[in-house]
Amino acid sequence: MKNKLVVSPSPHVHSGDTISKNMYGVLIALVPAFIVSLYVFGIDALILTAFSVLFCVITEYGVQRFMFKKEPTISDGSAIITGVLLAFNVPSNLPLWILAIGAIAAIGIGKMSFGGLGNNIFNPALLGRVFLLISFPAQMTSWPLPSTIEAIDGVTAATVLENIKYNPSALPSISDMFFGLESGSIGEMSVMALLLGLIYMLWKKIITWHIPISILLTVAIFAGGVYLIDPSPTNNPLIHLLSGGLMLGAVFMATDYATSPLTHKGMIIYGIGIGVVTMCIRLWGSYPEGVSFAILLMNGLTPLINNYVKPKRFGEVVKNG
Amino acid sequence: MLKTFRIGGIHPKENKFSAGKSIESIAIPTEVIVPLAQHIGAPCQPVVKRGDEVKVGTLLGKSVGFVSANIHSPVSGKVKKIDKALDASGYKREAIFIDVEGDEWEETIDRTDTLVRECNLSTKEIIEKIASAGIVGMGGATFPTHVKLTPPPGTKAEVLIINGVECEPYLTADHMLMMQKTEEILVGTQLLMKTVNVNRAVIGIENNKPDAIQKFTQAAKSYPGIEVQALKVQYPQGGEKQLIDAVMRRQIASGALPISVGAIVQNVGTAFAVYEAVQKNKPLVERVVTVTGKDVTNPCNVLSRIGVPLRDLIDFAGGLPENTGKVISGGPMMGKAVASIDIPVTKGTSGVLIIATLEARRKQMKDCIRCAKCVSICPMGLNPTTLMTLTEYEVWDKAEKEKITDCIECGSCSFICPSDRPLLDYIRLGKGKVMGIMRARKN
Repeated sequence: MKNKLVVSPSPHVHSGDTISKNMYGVLIALVPAFIVSLYVFGIDALILTAFSVLFCVITEYGVQRFMFKKEPTISDGSAIITGVLLAFNVPSNLPLWILAIGAIAAIGIGKMSFGGLGNNIFNPALLGRVFLLISFPAQMTSWPLPSTIEAIDGVTAATVLENIKYNPSALPSISDMFFGLESGSIGEMSVMALLLGLIYMLWKKIITWHIPISILLTVAIFAGGVYLIDPSPTNNPLIHLLSGGLMLGAVFMATDYATSPLTHKGMIIYGIGIGVVTMCIRLWGSYPEGVSFAILLMNGLTPLINNYVKPKRFGEVVKNG
Repeated sequence: MLKTFRIGGIHPKENKFSAGKSIESIAIPTEVIVPLAQHIGAPCQPVVKRGDEVKVGTLLGKSVGFVSANIHSPVSGKVKKIDKALDASGYKREAIFIDVEGDEWEETIDRTDTLVRECNLSTKEIIEKIASAGIVGMGGATFPTHVKLTPPPGTKAEVLIINGVECEPYLTADHMLMMQKTEEILVGTQLLMKTVNVNRAVIGIENNKPDAIQKFTQAAKSYPGIEVQALKVQYPQGGEKQLIDAVMRRQIASGALPISVGAIVQNVGTAFAVYEAVQKNKPLVERVVTVTGKDVTNPCNVLSRIGVPLRDLIDFAGGLPENTGKVISGGPMMGKAVASIDIPVTKGTSGVLIIATLEARRKQMKDCIRCAKCVSICPMGLNPTTLMTLTEYEVWDKAEKEKITDCIECGSCSFICPSDRPLLDYIRLGKGKVMGIMRARKN
């Protein structure tokens, strides 16, 4: 034997799981939604997404290299996800310079100011989106008409949720909403594509069902309850489930590792919180959509949830039979 | 649905290369090293001195204290010296060195293969025989068996659970023992049932050993009270608490003993050793060891005397591969990486696992991304990532509240972590610290 033996404590084997495997898994899960966005918005969706990813990655690289003076970890794929998700959350005609500001805010403020991946409190992409929504309200809420719908009046259209608030007679059909043929942000419309992503991530064990399902169930039950009292189409739980950023938020944004609780019980509380806040904003708030704010609010409560909600300990909770 | 434990769990790649390979006896070397501490508890007191002639089965060390176990000579020959020798933990400890001459056994030992079913001994006599034969938990924990069979007064066992799970990847020693010594294990189980006065025993076997499940189910028919329970493959099912939960649907409270839920757990290897001790008068002088690894030429299961250097076992399996980075005594999840392959086989050596350089070194640790995978797989329902942080910042009172002392050190958290964080290293450190603080407070 030429070399000495390595001596280290157990375990001596590893699952082979890595940060980048999980991150690229999320990216694969985003592919169906991306394909639908290309179909609906054409080249604009591609340009915006590519540009957003580029700016996110450059920002992360710059901060790590020149401010942290550490080896950049952009290859782990997390900045790419932030870039894609940010692009998915903006209208397809957003000027690129505004998107660049959003990307810098997302990564620079949302992620790197806390120390980088895993240390951030708020979902970076959502922070970037809300930053833009508050700074550029007009550009962020003018939605180009999907190329798949024949133009009726001009080039912009209202989203489903705007219609719910201001023009309930102009709601698209449920099937259009399911497949994603309505107006909205780049990646949020196709519920079908997002659900495909969810199934993929569950299959690959990247996430567990607890967060997305608890959000969706809460929204369905909340809207269902309101619908029972006032059965107008604007309260239809199906429309609430299929519209706006709910599906994108529930599947891809709320499930962000760093900003969601550690325990399954905590995840369910967090999901219910997101569902309730979302519906409150949608039904009674001044914004038509509330998923972003709901998730950010619950992100802020995550440390508190972690502090109070403990895992199910062996021998403590389970009944002995 | 197959039964399994209810909290957490992982499924590492099994890599059971030596499955199905019959147990082969390995030659006795010219010198053996028999450590005096092969069990949990007090090391035993040597009762031989330099120059003494010993036979196979001669008492070498006498157990001292309540938790301790006798040690017998695994070979015949002359005591060369009593000196310090390196053990699997990397410490130098007292050991008896014996120069081997021939292979002469103590006359009292029945060396035939005839199955002896009948036993007319009383409970007390059986336990005494087990104690004098120096039998310890053969699964790797090496807790003296006679102590486990003497539960504290006021407690009553309901079920004896025989652990045939062998949940560690790579290892197949128990599997092959179960295949080749089925009846002996069943007789041993009967003896153990008698000692703890129960009329029900369950042999838990994971579903990746269908042949063993079938063989035992068939054979157990003629042993009243013994049943076989097939279990879903899930690590760490061989852990005492997990196995009891899987078989009985009962969970032991934090800090309590298995007897608190009416269970006593013994390994299949232990049941076999008990059979040999009681029915054949044979002390624990040899055991089955799996010698394996991805690059090992001939992964195998060997019957080795205690005290034989690991080197001999490795040579038997085709020698140390060129790319060897690490040699482990035990399995990959809970085994100990050894500093030298000249350390001897002891009562707790269930396997010798050889890992290539590439896999032997750990990867650079990254920041925790809070994916919570460690939290969902922890079989004790702990929060490994938080426990690691609490240890890092030495917040002992909080670590105690977060039940750091419940950790069974199965290693699932470090195994699963995508950031390559050494969670268990830290938790072990913190656990030791918190246990010390708790002890100090009690005194």
